[in-house]
Amino acid sequence: MNPTALYEAFMALEDPGFWQESYMQFYRAWFYEDRWMTYFKGLGTTLYVTVIALCIGVVLGVVVATICTAHDQQRPGRRNPVLGLINAVCRVYVTVIRGTPMMVQLMIMGFAIFASSREKTLVGALTLGINSGAYVAEIIRGGLMSLDIGQMEAGRSLGLSYLDTMRFIVVPQAFKAILPSLGNEFIVLLKDTSLISVVAGKEIIYFARAIVTDTYEPMAPYLITAAMYLVLVLIFSWLQGKLERRLRQSDRR
Amino acid sequence: MIDVKHLSKSFGNNLVLDDISEHIHPGEKVVIIGPSGSGKSTFLRCLNLLETPTAGTITFEGAEITDPKCDIDKIRQHMGMVFQHFNLFPNMTIRKNITLAPVRTKLMGQAEADDTATALLRRVGLEEKADAYPAQLSGGQKQRIAIVRALARRPKVMLFDEPTSALDPEMVGEVLEVMKELAEEGMTMVVVTHEMGFAREVGSRVLFMDGGHILEQNEPHAFFANPKEQRTIEFLSKVL
Repeated sequence: MNPTALYEAFMALEDPGFWQESYMQFYRAWFYEDRWMTYFKGLGTTLYVTVIALCIGVVLGVVVATICTAHDQQRPGRRNPVLGLINAVCRVYVTVIRGTPMMVQLMIMGFAIFASSREKTLVGALTLGINSGAYVAEIIRGGLMSLDIGQMEAGRSLGLSYLDTMRFIVVPQAFKAILPSLGNEFIVLLKDTSLISVVAGKEIIYFARAIVTDTYEPMAPYLITAAMYLVLVLIFSWLQGKLERRLRQSDRR
Repeated sequence: MIDVKHLSKSFGNNLVLDDISEHIHPGEKVVIIGPSGSGKSTFLRCLNLLETPTAGTITFEGAEITDPKCDIDKIRQHMGMVFQHFNLFPNMTIRKNITLAPVRTKLMGQAEADDTATALLRRVGLEEKADAYPAQLSGGQKQRIAIVRALARRPKVMLFDEPTSALDPEMVGEVLEVMKELAEEGMTMVVVTHEMGFAREVGSRVLFMDGGHILEQNEPHAFFANPKEQRTIEFLSKVL
């Protein structure tokens, strides 16, 4: 049956039941005036923001984690003062980002630093990326530190350089170990994109809220938004599981 | 070959090695014994700079490796090290474990390294494990692979840090057998161990360490037959 025809049939009812009322709300939140297209527009923004933030976050995270780990693993008596300074900057960055709420960071970036910018979506993506970088850095650093020191020693004792040992021995093992936490961080990031609507980033929740303003019926638009996020996260978790199974190859006995 | 002068090492306030001077000659099989905490592992690990000495100098074939300007990666290519806990790379096959370092340090091409690996694996009877991962091997097999991995770069000296201490008793023999063969071929070896039988049979010199000092040293038969220091006699009466 055609959804519009069904909607009109229900509208004609004098005293609609719960399910009929729910359907009408859903119709107004989804089909009416082709509103479903705006959700997908928002979804596009969500994915776009996630990808940009992810790239910024991973690059920042890797750089910061590398600097901190390299600094911590210097041989005593051969400390590099420049590295020490950069390391201090990285520690401040991680501390400030982890110590302040995401929403506050967004507001500072959106309304204070980039107040005159009209690319609020991009500002939001940048903020999320910078935020994510701090967490990714700590995840990577934890992974590198959790690996048995003997692996590094074995690599070095074979005459491999520090960087080669990192590249072939430490990083591949650490990556496998941190993949679950990294996946978790990416899911958090994906969901946090909904926050950029506070600086007027045009993301799913932004359009859902616009529809609520029209219809005064919040239930259906927000449930639809929730369902869309859930589907995204499910797809992502499935991909992550596939990758983990592939990396587990060397564990078989 | 390795010349140690006034070597000291402390971790914080804990003095682990106290002014040790020692010389290791080519072809020698030096066995270091002593109670735990005596500094014998630390001494061994200082020899290839896995631990940075607090004071003193170590010279390997004329190159002072304790000099900060020294390229330690170059020196380490001539020193093989075998660890108590094997430290094989679990993310690589056995073949890759063995060939990674020689290939990356441009000592050999991949083909030559593969041939070397195959030949060495055949020698320790583990040829068919080349494509296995470390997790699929027993402790004794892992340690034999670790020895092979260290040998692949044709080192001039081999350092063993309690190579049999983490093994099941029945696997100790197979590892000691490989070490014995290596000794017979004339490899210079420094071995930290609790295997007194091995020390007596294979060692050309036994060092007894306690409290960060080398208390006593001798040719193994004389060492075990009539130890001189009171502390040595005490230790030997407990372990023999």
